[in-house]
Order: sequence, then C-alpha cells, then structure tokens
Amino acid sequence: MIFQIECDRVLTPLCYITHNTLQLLLHLDFDSLKLPFFNLHRGSKESSRTSHVAADRLKGMQESVWVEFIRLAQEVKPVNLGQGFPDFAAPEFVTKALSDAVTGPNVLLNQYTRGFGHLRLVNALSKLYSKLLGRELDPLTEILVTVGAYEALYCTIMALVNPGDEVIIIEPFFDCYEPMTKMAGGIPVFVPLRPKKTHGPISSADWVLDPKEFASKFTNKTKMIIVNTPHNPLGKVFTRSELEMIAELCKKHNVICVMDEVYEWLVFKGSEHIRMATLPGMWERTITVGSAGKTFSVTGWKLGWLYGPHELTRPAQLLHQNCVYTCATPIQEAVAVGFEIEMERMGTPDSYWQDLIETLEPKRDRMAKFLTTVGMAPTVPEGGYFMIADFSEIGSKVNLDSEQGTKDYRFVKWLSRNKKLQGIPPSAFYCNEHKNLGEDYIRFCFFKEETTLEKAEKIIVDLKKSLT
Amino acid sequence: MVTLLVFRTMKRLNLCKLLLDKYVVLNLKSYRSVGFDVLSSRTSHVVADRLNGIQENVWVELIELAKEVKPVNLGQGFPDFAAPEFITKALRDALKQPDIFLNQYTRSYGHPRLVNALSKLYSKLLCRELDPLNEILVTIGADEAIYCTIMALVNPGDEVIIIEPFFDIYEPVTKMAGGIPVFVPLRPKKTHGPISSADWVLDPKELASKFTNKTKMIIVNTPNNPLGKVFTRSELEMIAELCKKHNVICVMDEVYEWLVFKGSEHIRMATLPGMWERTLTIGSAGKTFSITGWKIGWLYGPRELTKFPQLLHENCISSCATPLQEAIAVGLEIENEHMGTPESYWRDLVDTLEPKRDRMAKFLTTVGMAPTVPEGGYFMMADVSEIASKIDLDAETGMKDYRFVKWLCRNKKLQGIPISAFYCNEHRNLGENFIRFCFCKEETTLEKAEQIIMDLKNSLL
Repeated sequence: MIFQIECDRVLTPLCYITHNTLQLLLHLDFDSLKLPFFNLHRGSKESSRTSHVAADRLKGMQESVWVEFIRLAQEVKPVNLGQGFPDFAAPEFVTKALSDAVTGPNVLLNQYTRGFGHLRLVNALSKLYSKLLGRELDPLTEILVTVGAYEALYCTIMALVNPGDEVIIIEPFFDCYEPMTKMAGGIPVFVPLRPKKTHGPISSADWVLDPKEFASKFTNKTKMIIVNTPHNPLGKVFTRSELEMIAELCKKHNVICVMDEVYEWLVFKGSEHIRMATLPGMWERTITVGSAGKTFSVTGWKLGWLYGPHELTRPAQLLHQNCVYTCATPIQEAVAVGFEIEMERMGTPDSYWQDLIETLEPKRDRMAKFLTTVGMAPTVPEGGYFMIADFSEIGSKVNLDSEQGTKDYRFVKWLSRNKKLQGIPPSAFYCNEHKNLGEDYIRFCFFKEETTLEKAEKIIVDLKKSLT
Repeated sequence: MVTLLVFRTMKRLNLCKLLLDKYVVLNLKSYRSVGFDVLSSRTSHVVADRLNGIQENVWVELIELAKEVKPVNLGQGFPDFAAPEFITKALRDALKQPDIFLNQYTRSYGHPRLVNALSKLYSKLLCRELDPLNEILVTIGADEAIYCTIMALVNPGDEVIIIEPFFDIYEPVTKMAGGIPVFVPLRPKKTHGPISSADWVLDPKELASKFTNKTKMIIVNTPNNPLGKVFTRSELEMIAELCKKHNVICVMDEVYEWLVFKGSEHIRMATLPGMWERTLTIGSAGKTFSITGWKIGWLYGPRELTKFPQLLHENCISSCATPLQEAIAVGLEIENEHMGTPESYWRDLVDTLEPKRDRMAKFLTTVGMAPTVPEGGYFMMADVSEIASKIDLDAETGMKDYRFVKWLCRNKKLQGIPISAFYCNEHRNLGENFIRFCFCKEETTLEKAEQIIMDLKNSLL
C-alpha cells in the first residue's frame, strides 16, 4: 500500500524535510515518487541484504577519477603527468623534522595530541596567518588541523550544509566538492569559468565568470560557495576585483564562503594571491583551507587546516572530533617545525616557497612552449602546478574508438596506453550537464623532474610528427 | 489524507519529530528561522542539523584540567614510555629511502605494502584468504574506521545496538548518521569479592529484546574499553545468533586484540559460522604498536560490506599518510615473523602489562576502591563509592564520578576518567560509582599513583 511507506529511500527525503520538500509532498506529486523504492522494505527477511545495506548518503557515489587513472598508470607505467605531486624528493628540512619527532626524546610525540590541532602547529599557523591576514588568529578557537585539505573541506561541508541547502561550485572544480556536497544532502549549483578568447596565447586570467550568470546562481537557498584560488586545474589566481564581486554576492545573500587556497604559496611573477578573508565584511563568513602537502611538497603526509571565525570553525571542529578525532602527532610536529623555519626566511632568498616558485616557473614555461609547438593550445597558469591544454586539433587526427567515455577520457587513456604519457581528463572537473565544456582539454602536472618533462616533451613531439 | 501520510510516517522517526512540530503543528515560538529569513542572524541557522546535540567529548574537558593541574595522568589511554624502536626506526628509514614517493599520495583504500601485510596477518588468523584490495580499508585510526562504517551503512531511522559501557564515539556518530542508538548494559553479576571483567555480562533476554525489525547494526568491543572484558566464544555466539536471526551487521571493534592476558583468548567474530558475510572488524596500529599518535587503523570484512566504507573514506579523507603506512607495514612484517616466539613485541607487551595490571588491582583493593580486574586491554575500572562517600565533593559539578575525578585531579593530582561518560543519558547512574585508570604507564608513574592513593586512604582514616 502506498501509505505504508517504510522503506529507506522515501524516509530519507522525509527525514531531511525542508520547506520546499514539504510543499512538494503536500501537493503529492506521485509521478515523482519512484515505485521501485517501495520494494525495499527493511523488515523483509526475503530481501537481499546487499540491496539495502548501503546508506542513502552514498547514492550516486562512484569511484573517483583518481582511482581509475592510478590503476591505469600502474598497468601501463607511463610518464606520469597525471596526479598532482612532485616526482622528486621532499625538502629535507621537513623530512628531517619528522624523523627527529618520532625518534627524539619526547616520547609523547608518538601519542595522541590535542584533537583540534597539536599546540605547536596551531601556534605556528596562528603566527603565520595573523601576519598575512592582518588580524590576530586565535590558535585554539579559530583553527582546525585536518587530514589534508580534503578533510577540511569534508568537515566544513558536513558541518554547515543541510539537506536542501544550495552550494555554488565554480567549474572546473576539484572533484571532491560535488560528492561531499551531495553526501551532506546539499544541492550543488554549478557555474563555469569560460575562456574569453579562443585564439592566441591563453592565460588562466582569461578564464572568467560571467557576472550576470554568476549572480543568477544565488538564491534564497544558497548556503555556501566554494572558491579555489589559485585554481586547480586552470591555475587561475582570482584578482581582487573578481573576489570582490563574489564577496558582494555573499554578503547580499548571506552566504558562507569556503576558500580552498591550498596553492597559496605557488603564485608566479605578475600575480598576487589575495585572501578572501581579508576583504571587508568577509572575515565573519569565510572559512579558508590550506594544505601542508602543497606547502612543503609532502602530499603523502595528508595534513591540512582550516581557519575562520569561531562561529564557523566550531561546527567543523565538532564534526572532526567525531570523524577522525585527532591528526597524527609527529606529522603535525614536523609541519610546525617546517613553518617555524619558513617564517624566519619568508621573503628572503632562502625561502623554500620562493625557491619552489623559481623552480616551477621555468617548468611551466617549458611545458607551455612544447605544447604550443605541437598544436595543443595550453592555458598558461598564473599559479599552482597544473596546466590544461586544448588537444582537439591533435585529437581529431587520432582514432580514439578503442577507448570509452567522453572525448577527453578517451584521449587520456589512448595517450597513456599508446604513447605512455598520462594526463588527467578535465571533464572529471565538471558536472554531468557541463562535461562538454571540459572534453577538449587534458590536464598535465609540471611539478616534475627535468628528465620527466624531457621525456614528456619527446613523446609529444614524436606524436605530432607521426600525425603530419 | 496526505497530511496523515506525512504525519504517520514522520512520527516514526525521532529525527523528524522536531521538524514535524515546527511544520505541521505550527508552533510559532519554536519556529526556527532555518534558511527562510535572510535577514536573520547568521549564527542561528549556520550549523547543519546533523550536529544537533553533539558536544565536545569528555576528553576535551579533562585534557584542559590536566594541562592546568599537571597530575599523575592515568586518564587517557596511551603509554608514557617510548614507542618500540623497530617502528620508529622503520619510519625514519622510510623518510631516508630513495623511494621519494613515500612522501607523496598513495592508494586511497590503503598503501599496497600495508594492505598486503594486513592481508597476510589476518588471513592466517581468520583462516581465510583476505583480499588486500577489496576486503581491507586503511583509515585514520580506528576512529575513522568506525565513522566510515556507521556513516556508510546506517540510514536515518536505523537502529544501532550499542553495548554499555561503550567507547564514547559510537553514540554521536550513530546520531550523526540519523541512526537511533539502542543501549544494552553489561552488568556485574557479583558485587562482593574480587571482580573480573568476565563477571560483567549481558542479560540474554534483555539483549534479545533490543533486536527489532529496525535494527541495522550492533557494535561490539572486545577486548572492551573500559572494562577489559574479553567476550567468550559462547557470548559471541549468542550475539551471532541474534545477528543472523535479525539480519544485522556486526561491527567488531577489536583494537585491543593483541592485549589479552593469561587465561583469556581473543576470539574473532568474523571466524564464527555464518558471521564472515555480516561482520566488519576494526583494528588499530596505535594500540598494536603503542603509537596512538600515528592515527592509522583499518577495517576488514567481505567486499559486499567494505566497499561502502571504502567509498565514504574516498570522499572524506581520500587517503592516509604514506610514510606512516609504510612504517606500520614494516612493523607488521616483523611481528608476523615473530608471532608466538619470545621475540614477539605483542608477547612482550602482554608480559609487561600483566604485572602492572596486578599491581594496580592490588593497591586499589587495599584502599577500598574495588577494581574490576581486566582480562585484556590496558584499562581498569574501580568502584569508588566507598572512598567517595568520605569526601566532600561539593566543590565540583556533574555526576558523582565526574565530581570525584575532578576532585581527585585538583586535590590529589591524580587523574582518571569518569565512567558515566561511557553510558547513554538514561543509564549514567550505572557508571557513576566508577573511575577508569590506564595502567599502560611507566613503573615510576604507577608508583606515584600508588603513593597518592595510599596517602588518600590514610588521610581518610
């Protein structure tokens, strides 16, 4: 009977009822109630366990793009410009700090530390960011240390987004924003950056939001917007006026601004990283996320943080407490030491971050050059260590029929299997409806040894020759 | 009719009751301006509902007190002596190795070297081939294993049976998933004379009555924190029968699996007939190698169950720290070789802890704090009612055990943990006579604790 609704999938939307959902039910739009739901009665011993095992919050979740392409890379062993991490050694001053932490005389560095962040680390973060924000950041109440920027984003979204809340996500987006929003029951609302030119050298600065289109995405259900600057995969560094445009809308619509600033130290000549939290009226509604992995080239350490006003960090702290409880002590100790060292030499020639930029900029230029030479039009990034390139000209000369998926997925797999060069398909960074916006592009990471980039260059140049 | 439909269905769900009051009954005073009024103060509608009722846990308050008072700390469960050298050396070596990828991202569901080592170890212990890729997930400590398991499998309205006293995160995570925790206590079957954790038992009728057609999951912790109880085969069989009868998933928190004292045996639920397919088992490197601060744990079970926490983990944490996983893999490879021999670290740990346990049980008994002698783990509960009745606890606030713990910390500089924290609100009285002490401490720490306890007794005569 239709009124004996006891199965999970109908109960879930009822449970998380919002104003609009209640209205929908009161109007009883039966066409939208899918009949198969009614068969999944939990009490039925005859029903297969597996069919009702998983929680609804996992509905629609699939393996991420990384899992598929890591597997491919393991199979093919290509020159890997796919996933974003360096293929050279992490800086010694941090690895030494970790080694010292675990083998040193302070035995408690191998035991539990403070849940919201190891004291030495939150103090270092407070010192650093207080300077950069021009305000005193309370280390205990305004900072949370997390398992990478990933967990910072997860805790922020799960702690602040209710079912029915809209979350604006700017495309192309780092792929976790969408599934995290959905897991919280939120509704992702996508708005793309588009290149304002199609010919000639393209910079990531040329990828812009359309102000009208952007403003139209804010509704009375908008809870949050997620902005990534410097941006992955574009490398765009949002300008002050672009951030101000976003800020005005956030203030007008009372929206929380989540700033994913993991590449904050990797900004090339001519650009400046601006922190949304420093804009007028934005401190009280902004959570900013950072990453030790990107800061010190130790992506495998999985340590990150978020900071913001206590009203916003507190819910994230509580969620973190019940999710992982605390992060690894020796790693936090080592990252704290790394920050103490870097803070001393910030702005000087000894700065690791300065050295990183000076190492990466020529790599960026080298890659942009060889991609251009072969007719793969790159977007030259202003920050970060990724570059996207339009491969459609080359792609049209290659038979991609043996592969499956959108055009860029097929090209990336073909390139990996046949030419042993791996990138990442950017349509993974678009919602389903907008995948076409990404399907002419491929993303490469240039944070690699010179020898790796040489090999990549050779493969690309040979590919071009083989097609002429 | 429609309103009746909505009304009746929603009445079944505690989670919805609050909302129902607001929408259908239209109680304007309690009408929260959730997202409706953009002019309303931001803070009032900021937080997601899943955090309703979630507060800072017991550890935060007591850690703050410990920082202030600097007591002899037998509270939180970690050793105050060095972690074993073969593990810390393994991490140091991982960092120096030419394989620079040990500092970069590794496989999301678990670093290959570690899942292979876990597979090798547990395949032996489970007597079945454990698929390292599909039947294991590496997590941020056992905490995240519990989080991913519950969040991936519990829907709003699902009931989750939790045995009291329980490790404190089971309840808030169940609630965050929209689940309904259903509590059933272990009770001591004797009140006089020496009490062992084996004397704390479930009432079979009471346990059976907790299983309904809404029961999705039961969480069992063995060896148990805080009791130290090691569930016997027949106790596990009783639970297993109910799980099979009611089609319930069994989550086994077995983090103290290596810390079982003479006379007891750790039995894995996953090895009982008909239980592999419905059991997820959780382990912890922190407890395994005395490195609680490394926060690496794992869960294993049939693919049909593990794939869901794997998916949740992938979208929550993404992957765990590579160098830590590498070092733990090395540690497991070494221990795998040494298991059952005099070189075994786990044997050494048990041989070290057992006399500490006995020492603590003795001095607690001497002073009239009746201990429950644990069969496993490294915690001991003691009944403080006799001693507490001779002390003026009025200066402190909270339940009796909280007041005693805070008084003991402030006035005698000895810290324990109040046991009512491990009970649901309705059953807190079951824990309020007890304190928990950790005995995984240096001899000097235990000497100081003993001295404080003896002085306390003398001062009350």
